[in-house]
Amino acid sequence: MSTRPHLHPGLVLAVAAGGAVGSVARGLLGSAVGAVDGWPLGTMTANLVGSFLLGLLLEALLRRGPETPRARLVRLALGTGTMGGFTTFSSLALEIERLLADGSTGVAVGYAAATVVLGLASCAAGVVVGARLRPRRALRGPAS
Amino acid sequence: MTGVTLALVALLGGVGAATRFVVDGLVRDRVAQGLPIATAVVNVTGSLVIGLLAGAQLYHAVAGPWLTAAMTGFCGGYTTFSTAMVETVRLLQAGELRRAALTALGSVVLTVAAAALGVGVMAYAA
Repeated sequence: MSTRPHLHPGLVLAVAAGGAVGSVARGLLGSAVGAVDGWPLGTMTANLVGSFLLGLLLEALLRRGPETPRARLVRLALGTGTMGGFTTFSSLALEIERLLADGSTGVAVGYAAATVVLGLASCAAGVVVGARLRPRRALRGPAS
Repeated sequence: MTGVTLALVALLGGVGAATRFVVDGLVRDRVAQGLPIATAVVNVTGSLVIGLLAGAQLYHAVAGPWLTAAMTGFCGGYTTFSTAMVETVRLLQAGELRRAALTALGSVVLTVAAAALGVGVMAYAA
């Protein structure tokens, strides 16, 4: 059971709960920040912010050492669920496809390249920040 | 977005994320790692579905909160950009530049092709 978390009903539910929150946040962001000059800014913002946060979260959890059941729950609910649900590859793909179908090839290629390059940079920045966060254990050292 | 649409996005977004978790795990159980295949499978299949839904909207006048929720909620919750980025950054950190480039470029090309296929099927069926 512990080696196959995707078949554990409680963990699947935790991912679903996180995914619901992330999807609603993305939906609201998309309503507030639509396309600007044909450039789908809402999706791009969600994807860049989400990539930063997932990089940060996973790196910070990794630095804490062997994964405890509680850390796994946090990773699955906030990482796999919320950040996975907040970011989207299907909207990105459809937006690129629509831009290509409309003949806006330049915008399509620019949007795709910018999302991937900035997405990798955001994620890498998140990993760097996550690595610098000190585990709470270390902060709880003996009082001097 | 209306309250009803948001509630449906939450519901289907949760279902989508849970489906991703299960599909990802099942693929990982069966496929040798090296390239992040499981995430690619999720993202390509989700892009095919959103293409079919967009085609239904464009060519078959399907509309309403359920369609919005299926696209924004289910497909959005099912597919993930952030995990694809983390996996690519891990490949870069390991010095696997070619695999990282293949993963990033391959994901974009295959998902866009899948979305186009979905839209095309619906256009053909019109």
